[in-house]
Amino acid sequence: MLEKGTIAPDFELNARPGEKIKLKDFKGKNVILAFYPADWSPVCSDQMALYNEVLRYFTRHDAEIFGLSVDSMWCHAAFAENRNLHFPLLADFEPKGAVAKAYGVYDEKTGTSERALFVIDKEGKIAWSYLSPIAVNPGADGILAALEALEQQ
Amino acid sequence: MSTLKPEVNSNDHIQGNDTASVTIVEFGDYQCQFCGDAYPILKEIEEAFGRQIRFVFRHFPLANAHQYAVPAALAAEAAGLQGKFWEMHDALFDNQYRLDGDLFDELAETIDLDLERFQQDSVSDALREKVDNDFDSGVRSGVNGTPSFYVNGTKFDGGVTDLYQMLKDSTT
Repeated sequence: MLEKGTIAPDFELNARPGEKIKLKDFKGKNVILAFYPADWSPVCSDQMALYNEVLRYFTRHDAEIFGLSVDSMWCHAAFAENRNLHFPLLADFEPKGAVAKAYGVYDEKTGTSERALFVIDKEGKIAWSYLSPIAVNPGADGILAALEALEQQ
Repeated sequence: MSTLKPEVNSNDHIQGNDTASVTIVEFGDYQCQFCGDAYPILKEIEEAFGRQIRFVFRHFPLANAHQYAVPAALAAEAAGLQGKFWEMHDALFDNQYRLDGDLFDELAETIDLDLERFQQDSVSDALREKVDNDFDSGVRSGVNGTPSFYVNGTKFDGGVTDLYQMLKDSTT
């Protein structure tokens, strides 16, 4: 997986239908990339549901969060609506897992991305990365600590 | 390893004995089904270990997923101002299957609260702040879903049955 100090590979992915997200458009903001294996895991322990609740913490640190999985944008749209999510889920769908591969967090065996977090600074450099065991939701405390460290620089 | 921040303190709702050797903190949401499932097992744990454990509940309402999570947390806190936090806590979990906006007043009457005071307190900024502070503590402590448990200040990676087993193993 890509480590601290690396330039974050640019990408352009579909968010909801009709909306594309380009990483380089977010220069000047902190960006959180949360790769996760798949939509539709159980709600109360779901990583995306947690980030949805702590969005205001990310906003306070001038950070945008994107969830990424290999699910299609229509799957993301249904998932986001069902879970009332207020941040974009990006479809790393075609070519499948290309962005996960670029960040070194694609699992060839399962055909999904691993559960991995990246915090990218305002210059587009990776400031923090974390690979979580696949079954463990890593929470938000690591992301917040990384954002706080960026602010103190 | 994630640790509890801040530590258990006088703002917490604490059940059990101050001299207990094990303190269990739960971050929970009254509308979360998994917390509802954990509730009777936690009661069993409290009965089985008696004075050896102390139990603390902090709110971690997933407001976007559960529309009654925050109102329920406020109801418990409002009952707390009348000395009946745990009565309301229990009543909310006992009645989780029929949780809705009308339930809180009914439960308040069932546990003999001053209803007018309860209703006023339920919408107070101070209690909202208390619930927000609990949530904040959860985020800082690495809560990743509900329920999340901390044993003597360290995050316990497992569900309530794992917790029960761990306690059995460590006391025998």
